[in-house]
Amino acid sequence: MCTDCGCGPSGHHHHHHPPVAELSPGRVVRIEEDLLAKNNRLAAGNRRFFQEKGLLVYNLVSSPGSGKTTLLERTLSDLQHEVHFAVLEGDQQTSNDAERIAATGVPAVQINTGSGCHLDAHMVGHGMENFAGLPLDILMIENVGNLVCPASFDLGEDAKIALLSVTEGEDKPLKYPDMFKAADILLLTKIDLLPYLRFDIEQCKAFARQVNPQVRIFELSCQSGVGLSSWYDWLRQELAAKRRTARDVSR
Amino acid sequence: MHELGLTQHLVEIAEGAARKNGATQVRSVKVEIGALAGVVPESVEFCFEACSRGTLLEGSRLEIVFIPGRGRCYDCHAECALDTYTVACPACGGFSLERLQGEELRVVEVEVD
Repeated sequence: MCTDCGCGPSGHHHHHHPPVAELSPGRVVRIEEDLLAKNNRLAAGNRRFFQEKGLLVYNLVSSPGSGKTTLLERTLSDLQHEVHFAVLEGDQQTSNDAERIAATGVPAVQINTGSGCHLDAHMVGHGMENFAGLPLDILMIENVGNLVCPASFDLGEDAKIALLSVTEGEDKPLKYPDMFKAADILLLTKIDLLPYLRFDIEQCKAFARQVNPQVRIFELSCQSGVGLSSWYDWLRQELAAKRRTARDVSR
Repeated sequence: MHELGLTQHLVEIAEGAARKNGATQVRSVKVEIGALAGVVPESVEFCFEACSRGTLLEGSRLEIVFIPGRGRCYDCHAECALDTYTVACPACGGFSLERLQGEELRVVEVEVD
């Protein structure tokens, strides 16, 4: 509706509208609301829920094809006799990844984001409904393969784990600093391929520490198995620490 | 890439506040975007016209206030500009910088009728 004369949207304007600047100023309504506030609220709710369950939660982020699903398949197969896992799989389309995980015997739910480029806290909250009643130790959330957007969306996880395969460039941490800053852990994957590549792994680690000096780095290959034991030991330590905290809280 | 969803949310927040205050139209909306917020202001501008169509914000002016990033070195405590995460402290060369400013992503106010 025209605010000057009250004519309807389809009416013809027979008069001259003064430019906006000549109009008296409108009322100003203060809002001061963070655009990510809604996601952050839901993520805080997820975090409380995970805390109450004593559940350790990781958000796996990387570019497409760096080996997130393969890492999960291998990790779950090797550790599921000692750790109860569940997996939330995020992709724009298909349930291929959830099917690959389910083949290991670990409960997995696929979340399709459609045109969405990241998982958000709301999707994860609802995804968890599928695991109600299951005794769980570690939840792995495999985010949409994307080194940009998932950095901005807290899901309620304990930490983000970034994967970087050695078939990518060693300067990825400098090209996508937001993501490598947000991730506490960096897994350099597919290192069995190093002899065939011109990938300077020390340079890559230096770049990663430039963006995030505190980052913890593991080098591994799911094909040869090299480096997996350090990664598994770290997971076991984190789980033990989580259980201690959960016990202390419940006391 | 996620600017479309954020812009939709921006329109929802602004329209909600306008309606709550009995407004019939929004003239302008002011948003703060920090250099470290992971959001491209031009992309928000691009999405805004489409997202505001059919709402109280249709035809309104989007005012984006860009907030430059600032950091403080954990090692030598010097303050510096910090518009990306790849900056080294200009005083000592360290990379451990605390973020003081630049992560803002906020709907500040609307001007309504």
